[in-house]
Amino acid sequence: MSAVREQSHAVFQATAVTLANRSRERFAVRVLTLITTLLILPLIAIISLLVAKGAPAMSLEFLLAAPVAGMTAGGIFPAIVGTLWLVGVSLAVAAPIGILAAVYLNEYAGDNWVTRIINLAIVNLAGVPSIVHALFGVGAFVLFLGMGTSILSASLTLAIMTLPVIIASTKEALASVPLAFREACWVLGASRWQTIRHVVLPNSISGILTGVILQVSRAAGETAPIMFTGAAFYLPFLPQSVYDQCMALSMHLFTVSTQVPNVPEAIPYATALVLLGLVMSVNLTSILFRSYLRSRRKW
Amino acid sequence: MQAQRSSSAAYAEIAIEALIRLCGFSAILFVFAIFFFVFWSGADFIIHRLDLVQFLGSEQWYPTSISNKRYGTLALLAGTASVTTLAMLIAVPLGLGAAVFISEFTSGWVKESLKVVIELLAAIPSVVWGFIGIAIMNPVIIKLFDAPIGLNVLNGGIILGLMSVPIIVSIGEDALKAVPDSYREASIAMGATRWQTVYKVLFPAARSGLLAAVLLGVARAIGETIAVLMATGHAVQIPHSPLDSVRTLTATIAAELGETARGSDHYQALFAIGVLLFFLTFCVNLIADLLVRESKRK
Repeated sequence: MSAVREQSHAVFQATAVTLANRSRERFAVRVLTLITTLLILPLIAIISLLVAKGAPAMSLEFLLAAPVAGMTAGGIFPAIVGTLWLVGVSLAVAAPIGILAAVYLNEYAGDNWVTRIINLAIVNLAGVPSIVHALFGVGAFVLFLGMGTSILSASLTLAIMTLPVIIASTKEALASVPLAFREACWVLGASRWQTIRHVVLPNSISGILTGVILQVSRAAGETAPIMFTGAAFYLPFLPQSVYDQCMALSMHLFTVSTQVPNVPEAIPYATALVLLGLVMSVNLTSILFRSYLRSRRKW
Repeated sequence: MQAQRSSSAAYAEIAIEALIRLCGFSAILFVFAIFFFVFWSGADFIIHRLDLVQFLGSEQWYPTSISNKRYGTLALLAGTASVTTLAMLIAVPLGLGAAVFISEFTSGWVKESLKVVIELLAAIPSVVWGFIGIAIMNPVIIKLFDAPIGLNVLNGGIILGLMSVPIIVSIGEDALKAVPDSYREASIAMGATRWQTVYKVLFPAARSGLLAAVLLGVARAIGETIAVLMATGHAVQIPHSPLDSVRTLTATIAAELGETARGSDHYQALFAIGVLLFFLTFCVNLIADLLVRESKRK
């Protein structure tokens, strides 16, 4: 028995090179683990700091009251309402255009230079700085189309900016429907659009919804594109239509943390907490929804 | 068989397919529209009065001077470059390291939850990052470095670095995932460790994809507006140390657009900066896209 063990020991004896490689590997893995932990830490730190410092100011009154005394007291209700307006209108514009654009790219477009240019345009649309989107919104919607600084101008700017999010995730959802589903439908004599309408879209609707939810979280958090197109520093009334200006959570956080003197510390913290909470919960919903769908998929 | 379908249904189908096509091409339309309207809003100034040498080569940005208005963006370019460089010094090792770790050294629920963490990190709005720069990083930097002000290149660079990490991780991980498993198997079968496989096999094989990830991180850092506006201070100057305050191209537009008279030279000069930013990010994105395409072809 011991002879066998000794022999096997002799056969698998690690050379100095192997040992060095192994210890190098252990070191590398340790460094990589450290790096990845370094990325989790700020997330936890940020959330817990905002919760710790924002919680004291958090109350139902803070959520449901308007800011008073030059925004140094009171709540953030108009900002919450304004963010809902902006997100709702931008979603109503971006969702249909984005979904149909993805349908075109996945179901109609051939593999040619036109498609390449469209994809390049989408990449660039996502890559244009948010402040350049804002300049575009000012030039095109506020001035050229005469919409003025309004919810409409701001929402259209947001819609174009977040379009790539919807296109990308809808494309992924459509691509996950097997080609066999379409072929079965075509064989039965259905046209291309009938196939899309009755087979492809119903089978990918939940994936599309995930992308739409992501768009909401992105639109709710943006500040630069709405600064000059429709978001106001302070408004004494709630918006009545898309032609009014509005306050917004992101803009309000910017205002109370940089523009207004003598704001009690808890107010910006609580505002940041509400904004982060809104964006994170929407995002987490989308992530959980997506993983549920993936686990449930039968094909 | 075709006759069984009513002609109105056929027309409706033609209409909806036309609409789908239109939406498909809309992205091209929007990119052109963005360039057109930004250029057009500053066209009078850009075409007639813009001194390109001064615009790109002078560090004197005095748009509100009464006697001698000067529109030099060199200091703003230096602001953008310094903050972006520092951000990349942080984001590239962290981002690529995390991409390698997530892609090659984890599996199962650990991998999935790490990806969720990265996604949540990406979801933090830029105004919240800016607020963290002001409320948390500012006092920390003042204390640690005994600096007069904590809103500077260091603050903005760290914030921007953390903001750029998620995009580098997700694109980088895609690039590593695109390397066929047979490469890994061959390397392991030769007796290489997993770490040797990473830097001897996967890095060369995924080179263009990883480079694209870094470039997209750069584009993100150049284009970020609100966070750097809040975290870098408001000093138009070429920085000499990370503790100097600066102002970037994007922050200048955001800070000054609201205070200028519509149609004035100053107002139009801000749109000229917008055109410059459009071109900068367009080029970086174009190169990144070509690299991604090349890595997919392999």
